Parts: sequence; C-alpha cells; structure tokens
Amino acid sequence: MVSSVVGVDFMTSRKNILSRILSQYGISLALLIEIILFSRLSPFFFTTENILNVTLQISITAIIAAGMTFVILTAGIDLSVGALVALSGVLATSVLKLPIPLIYSFPLFLATGILVGVFSGWLSAFFITRFNVTPFIVTLALMSIWRGGAYLYTGGRPVWGLPHAFSMLGGGRVAGIPLPTLIMLAVYAAAYIVLQYTRFGRHVYAVGGNQEAARLAGINTKRVLRQVYILCGVLSALSGMLLASRMNSGQPNAGLMYELDVIAAVVVGGASLFGGRGSIVGTFVGAMLIGVSRNGLNLLNVNSYIQQIIVGLVILVAVMLDQMRKR
Amino acid sequence: MSSSPLLEMLHITKQYPGVLALDDVTFDLYAGEVHCLVGENGAGKTTLIKILSGALPKDVGELRVNGKPVFLHSPADAFEAGIGIIHQDFKLVPELTVAENIFLGREPCRGRSPFIDFEKMREGARAVLAQLGESLDPRARIGTLSVAQRQVVEIAKSLSGKNRILAMDEPSAALTGKELKNLFAVIRRMQEEGVGIIYISHRIDEIFEIGTRVTVLRDGKHVHTCKTSEADRRGLVSWMVGREMDQEYPKVRLQRGKEILRLENLNGGKLRNIHLAVYQGEILGLAGLVGAGRTELARLIFGADRLENGRILLDGKEIHPHSPRDAIDAGIGLLTEDRNRYGLIMEMSIEKNITLSNLKAVSRGGFIQGEKERGAAQQFAEELRIKTPSLDREVSTLSGGNRQKVVLARWLFTRSRLLLFDEPTAGIDVGVKYEIYNLLNQLALNGKGVVIISSDLPELLGLCDRIVVLCEGRITGELSREEATEEKIMLLATSVVDMRGHRDDREA
Repeated sequence: MVSSVVGVDFMTSRKNILSRILSQYGISLALLIEIILFSRLSPFFFTTENILNVTLQISITAIIAAGMTFVILTAGIDLSVGALVALSGVLATSVLKLPIPLIYSFPLFLATGILVGVFSGWLSAFFITRFNVTPFIVTLALMSIWRGGAYLYTGGRPVWGLPHAFSMLGGGRVAGIPLPTLIMLAVYAAAYIVLQYTRFGRHVYAVGGNQEAARLAGINTKRVLRQVYILCGVLSALSGMLLASRMNSGQPNAGLMYELDVIAAVVVGGASLFGGRGSIVGTFVGAMLIGVSRNGLNLLNVNSYIQQIIVGLVILVAVMLDQMRKR
Repeated sequence: MSSSPLLEMLHITKQYPGVLALDDVTFDLYAGEVHCLVGENGAGKTTLIKILSGALPKDVGELRVNGKPVFLHSPADAFEAGIGIIHQDFKLVPELTVAENIFLGREPCRGRSPFIDFEKMREGARAVLAQLGESLDPRARIGTLSVAQRQVVEIAKSLSGKNRILAMDEPSAALTGKELKNLFAVIRRMQEEGVGIIYISHRIDEIFEIGTRVTVLRDGKHVHTCKTSEADRRGLVSWMVGREMDQEYPKVRLQRGKEILRLENLNGGKLRNIHLAVYQGEILGLAGLVGAGRTELARLIFGADRLENGRILLDGKEIHPHSPRDAIDAGIGLLTEDRNRYGLIMEMSIEKNITLSNLKAVSRGGFIQGEKERGAAQQFAEELRIKTPSLDREVSTLSGGNRQKVVLARWLFTRSRLLLFDEPTAGIDVGVKYEIYNLLNQLALNGKGVVIISSDLPELLGLCDRIVVLCEGRITGELSREEATEEKIMLLATSVVDMRGHRDDREA
C-alpha cells in the first residue's frame, strides 16, 4: 500500500517536470530539435545562406499569419487571405502598367494594394458585426468572391510586363538580408508591441476571451473586431504585393491555399481557435517550424508528395504537444 | 427508513497534486431520506459527488450499494449501479425534445434495428414525468422551457433508469419562490417512492426545510453528521467555517444622504413605468422572482440593453447610456449575475481583469504603462484582500469569492459612484460572504450608491435599508428595513394581477 502511494507521487512529480519543460519551451523546443536533426542530416542546412533562405520562403505566409493571429485571438477566422493575396496582387500591379515613371506609380501601387486589404477587412467585419454571421462563413464567401474577381479582372491571364526595377521589392537585399525577411521581422516586432503593450492589444485578448464580458467592461467590441479584420486584410495585401514582385507579375492564381498554411502556423504557435489565448512569438515559431520542415526535406531530396504528408504530421504532433502542455 | 443503507461511501480519500481533496470521508444514505451535504467551496463536496458519479477515481476507500461493493470506472458504471447525478449546470441538449433528452444515450429502438422507437420513448418520458407530478409535453424542445422546467427534465433523465440514488448539486441555485416549492414537492414525492437523495446547497434555510440528515465537510474532512431536527443554523455555520460566527449579516446603519440615482418613468424590454431613487449611505435591495425584470433593470441603467423611453438622472444630471462604455464613463458599475460568463475574462490574469475597464488611467498614447498598471491592481487587490500568490495568475485559478472581489476591484478602480450588484454572493462560501457584506457596508459608508439584486431573501432583509419589489416588469411595492419580512416580499413579488387592477383604478 505504502509503496504504491510513493509510486503515484513519483509519477506525478515526473509528469510535473515534463509538463513544466513543455509549457516553458513548448514548440520552440520542437523547432530546436528539428533544426539539430536537419543540421546532422545535411551539411547544407545550417548555413547562413540557407537560414536566410528559409526566412525568405516563409515571409509571405508569415506576414499574413501575424494578422491572422489577431483575428484568431478574437475567436474569429479569415479564410479570404489567400484570395486577397491574388486580388491585391493583380489590382496593384496593373497600376504599375500606367505610362508614368515608377517613382510615381510605385506609391500608387502600394496605396491600391493596401486599400484592397482595408476594404476586404472592413467588409468581413461589417457582415460579422452587423448581421451576426460567423466569421467562417463570411470569409469563406469572400474567399470565393475575391478569387473570382481576380480571374475576372485579368481574364485568367497574369499581369505581365512590369518595370524591371519592381522586382527589387521582393528580390532585393539590404546588408545581405532579403527585403521580405526584413519586412516580416518589422511586422512581427510591431505586432508584438501592439499585442503586449497597447490598449488595443489588451482589448483583442479580452474580446476573444469573452466577448459579452468585454462589452460589459466597456470595450467597444465591434470596433475591435473591425480593426482586427482590417489589419489582417492589410497584411494579406502586403504579402500579395511582395509575392507579385517576387514573380514580377500579378497572378490571379497566386496565394492558392495560403489560408491553410497561415492558420496552421497560428495554431501550431499555440493560439486557441476559441480565442483569448495565443501569442505573436508563438505564431512566428509556428511559421518557422513549418518552413524549416519544408526546407530540410527539400535538402534531403525527399519526394514532394511525402513532404506534404510529413508537414501534416509535424502540424499534428506540434498541436498534440501543445494540448499535453495545457493539461 | 429501512435498516440497511442504500449507499455507503467508506473511508474515501482522494489526493490531487498538492491538495488532499478528501481525507477519510465516510458518508451513507438510506432509502427515502434527503441527506444534505454542506461545506464551503473546496470542502470536498463536488469531489465526493464526482467519485460517486464515476467521473473521478478514488485513491482509497470503498463504495457499497445495497451492501454490495461497487467499482465505478465511468458515469455509465454509476448509472448501471443505480446512481443518478444532477449537475449544477444542466447537461441537456437545447435543440432536442424533452423525451429525446431523457433517453439520451439509451434511446429505445424498434426491435434490433437502429431506428428509434419514438412512440415508446415518449411513453417512457410521460411515465417518468408523471411520477414527478409534472405534465410537460415530451415533444417540447428544451430550448423553449424555463429553467425550473429544465430541472425537472434533468431529474426525470436521472430517474428514467432504475436509479434509487440521486445526487443533486446545488439544484436551487437558479430557482426562486414558487419554483423552489415545486422542486421540494418533486423531491418529497421521490422520497415517498423510496429514492435516497443527496442534496448539496449553499442556502442553509433549504437544508432545514427539505433535509432529513445533514453532513458537514470542511477542508476535505468529515466534520459532523446529524439529523436536521437536532441542528440549528448557527451550529451548522460554525461547523462549516470552523469558528463561531457572531452574526450572519453585519449591518451598519447610516444617515441617508443625497440622491445619487433617479429613474423617471423608465420603459424598455419587459420593464414598464419604473420610478426609483437611490440615495447615498443606504443599501437598496431589488427583490422579485427570476424573470421579474431585476437583472433587466440593472442592464438598462448600465446601457447594456436598449432603453425605450424615460429619464435616468445621476447626481441630478440626465445621462443617456447607449452602451456600457457610456454608463461606465458616467460613473456606474455593474457586477453581473453570472460573473464567470459576463464579468470576467477567464484566460486573463487577475491584474488585467482589474484594470480592463479603465486602461486609459494607466496608459499613455495607447501604450499601457506596466508599472502603473501593476500599482493600481496591487492597491485594490490589497484593499479587498484578494487571496492569490500572484496577480499574474489567471483569474480562473481563484475561488468564487475572490473572483467577485476582482470584479469589484475593477469598478472601484474606475471610480464608479453607483454600483449595481446582481446576485453578489451566489455560489460564494459563508466566510467570504461575510467579507463581501462588510465590503458592501464599506461602500455605502464611502458615499457610493449601492443596489443589490438577490434571490436570497434573508440576505436582502439582513443587508438592505430599503427593498423595492418587482413583478413582471413593474415595481409592485417598496418596504423599509423595519417593515420588510419574507412574507411581505413574496406577496408583492407575486401580486402583479392585483397591482395591475389597483394601478388601473388609480390611473383611471
């Protein structure tokens, strides 16, 4: 009898240590293990150039994932981000085809893209707050509408023949670091500060934790939701413009299925789809985890079909670990 | 009462990491008795019920039903052993009908086919309901029923098998007056049928009204078991808290000061022609049955619901609260009836919950100043003696009483001048209740307007200087502390038909 009680104690204490380690480092630990593993398996993996390459590869979806983190923190979801990448890309690039110098058309290009993002986010929030339609349905509809709009506008053909200098945005480097990587880092730094240190950030967590309680505490919940969807829309549009520059064209089929990668990054990063829990650092690590998996498997020449399966498994394991941590 | 017990729980011990939830507790139940289980939150009542329901394994001890040892590894095992549990929050599916809910998980089928025999199910439901003396339509959807009716369905569900043992965890929490009488009638009928009932409640009066025996738990230990006829209120309370209580309701009487709030001919939702004034230095009580419009009135003043017409004057100035924000800015705070659902952000820390409504005061240019925020939260947490190792803890780690203090701290931090308390002590321990009562007195002393909504009549009588009674959206009377009694309040709370006639006469 006595020994079995001791046994129970021993078991609980060991479980405590494990859960403490998991709760403190969580998926960062998984990322670290993955990095060590790939460094062992491939001599090309842990090099400055390849790490920069990973950040460049994830930058497009990671920027959207920063916006998606806000949306998911409010217990919402935005499925229209991928389609918005395409729509903002084709609309903004067509501005670059105007017969004016790039110095004038480039600001116009930025403004057009951002306006598309603002409008889309505002529209989502309008239907969500005014008519009480669930975010899933509203943004599912917008996903279809924007994608169709992008095809319709371009007649299904890409917007070609853009000024050569335009490719600098997505392909340029500053101090050896790719520009999209720098933009991504800036977006994450800003998002971190906003979520941690501003009233708006606090309100986002409150609305996601308990919308009615937040309203009764004096928070304008509709305004918070509006701001959050607009933010996500703008960051999607920013990604759309970066992607257009990298491809030096506006592609109506750009960003297909991006919403899934983006949501995966946020969820792997520990955010709860029920709102109120999650962090911007977590999302970044989540995006890295998926990016590193793809990159490492590529270096190891793993067949791309198998890659998809492995990435799916990585997502499952990461989320499972996170659930164990919460217990 | 038969000679051998229906249920015996012997030397039950349950260890959680760091807490001994139950320490060698023995409990028994005879057929046809109501055995009340009382104790403060954390005393181990719920853990004991969970073990009985098969939802939680015990570490040490033995369970016997009708003298035979039973081993419960799941709720299905408990059901098989004839044990039914009614949880505090109902486990009914609102979209399904009464009959479908009663037979959820054990639907009768046509022969061996997978198709449900609805005829048989409805008949079964009707029979069980009749046994309880209720004539609910088995085809009615749960969503369309009142809380009291849902409870009857919940009881029917747990009785529809061959259950002889029924455990009820705070069944009266959402009920008042007539509904409670109905519940007691149902319980008495079950008693006659020989069902043994375990009854958990925070309301001590109920224990004396319905209980045969009472067992007190404290800190996971069995303290006392006796017949209710041999116990008295004070003794019970002191066993629960472990010390003598001088008085249950501390009361400080103050000089009535100037008028803080005035409502003139308010209409909105179900509320009609509300005239009301609240003064400094007094505690005003709002009494009435559930659904009388007390909560609605508080929400209307707080800008949470739409006001149709009428005037709200705060300190003599008319205000127009179109949203809670407007009301908060004007100086009103609402402590909602269900603080977990409407008051707190559970995932957030204690500190962040305290500052939530007044972040402006601790931020500059949209940025929250960490030190200022910490200082403010600390000040109010200390003032209200919120018990926690750290303000960074999630508010969900706190007990009910401390959660209530967090909400109160929030409104003190926003410098609210008028505080509306909706069921401020629901689900709170006797010891902490006393602390809350003292805080209410303190608020009145500091010149704040204090309005309390409560379904606990002794509490209203013990605390308030004035009690206004509502019935079906109208004010049906006002009683001073001296003239108020439970009978007079209940009379006014159920008097709408007479009053309407009376009022029409007067207006005509």
